[in-house]
Amino acid sequence: MVQTGENTDVWKLLEQVADPEVPVLTILDLGVVRAVAVDGKHVEVTITPTYSGCPAMNVIEIDIKAILQENGYESTVKTVLSPAWTTDWLSEDGKRKLKEYGIAPPVESTSDKGALFSEEREVPCPQCDSLDTVQVSQFGSTACKSLYKCNTCLEPFDYFKCH
Amino acid sequence: MTNIALDLVGQSRNYYQLAAEIKGEGATEDDFAYLRDVYAFKNVLLTEQPNGHFGETMTRQFFFDVFNFYFTSELTKSSNEQLAAIASKSLKEITYHLKFSSEWMIRLGDGTEESHAKMQQAVDDLWMYTGELFLADELDREMAENGVGVKLEKIKPYFDKKVAEILTQATLTIPETGWMQKGGKTGQHSEHLGFILAELQFLQRAYPGAKW
Repeated sequence: MVQTGENTDVWKLLEQVADPEVPVLTILDLGVVRAVAVDGKHVEVTITPTYSGCPAMNVIEIDIKAILQENGYESTVKTVLSPAWTTDWLSEDGKRKLKEYGIAPPVESTSDKGALFSEEREVPCPQCDSLDTVQVSQFGSTACKSLYKCNTCLEPFDYFKCH
Repeated sequence: MTNIALDLVGQSRNYYQLAAEIKGEGATEDDFAYLRDVYAFKNVLLTEQPNGHFGETMTRQFFFDVFNFYFTSELTKSSNEQLAAIASKSLKEITYHLKFSSEWMIRLGDGTEESHAKMQQAVDDLWMYTGELFLADELDREMAENGVGVKLEKIKPYFDKKVAEILTQATLTIPETGWMQKGGKTGQHSEHLGFILAELQFLQRAYPGAKW
């Protein structure tokens, strides 16, 4: 994702597009913006979806077009499926913001999905940092998150799954 | 289950979008989903069997998930880049689906007397729909030959092995009769698809050409 002179402005604008579900994250934090190509007043933004059925991607596309239009650009948004998005692309800043927001960020690289019956991972509680947490459900408030419970402070929390 | 369904809807959209691109003439994913009738759909019969009690639904999902896992794994090697990309994306989600349904097969099969009986009945009822998964037609064969599609006979042994592994742990058995139902791939569907499409396509049928 190269930010050259002429498209730095566009990247800065894209930073204003938030994830509709987790508004503390920008789409740049998420790592869904793969490329930006500027040709005068026309911009082509290439994005890649997180989960196959993620309903937020449509909203993100509309938001990208809106912010660019507000700033005098005409745009097309292209979606590519390959290379497949992975939580490895979440920025460090993004992971920090997730935790502050109360969502536990993904704990390891995507290799944990390899085995059919994968081992339990240790997810620290975003409120009290305890490792004594347990998964309540594989799917939390959205498909990309799991529901966990902390046995120490007894608070429930969402965990952003490694994908 | 709705999250798993959402994954599958997303994956279907990807495949339909690719199909629309190939078809050209301004076709979109919606044309395939909403503007075709029963005979035009070529899905296997297993996928249109209705949800029953939770165990029946899980059994249907399990048989499909095992197939889908190996099928999609092979599809990631397709010579068609877009198909391979969709497959790679989908495989992450399908891996979870298989884990989910497998765990339920074991929990319910090797559960109480009642759950075991219900699961065995479900397996007995749905097993006959698994044969069709490996029925290669001319198109399947042609695509496999060109490296675009999947050689169904190649993945069958993996399917058999995984099913045996999980069902054994679940203390469930496969029915002895080898007779298999078919028809979905040639557009000859059970009545269930009619109801599914009626619900899916209601809006388009009531207000043809409707747009957001």
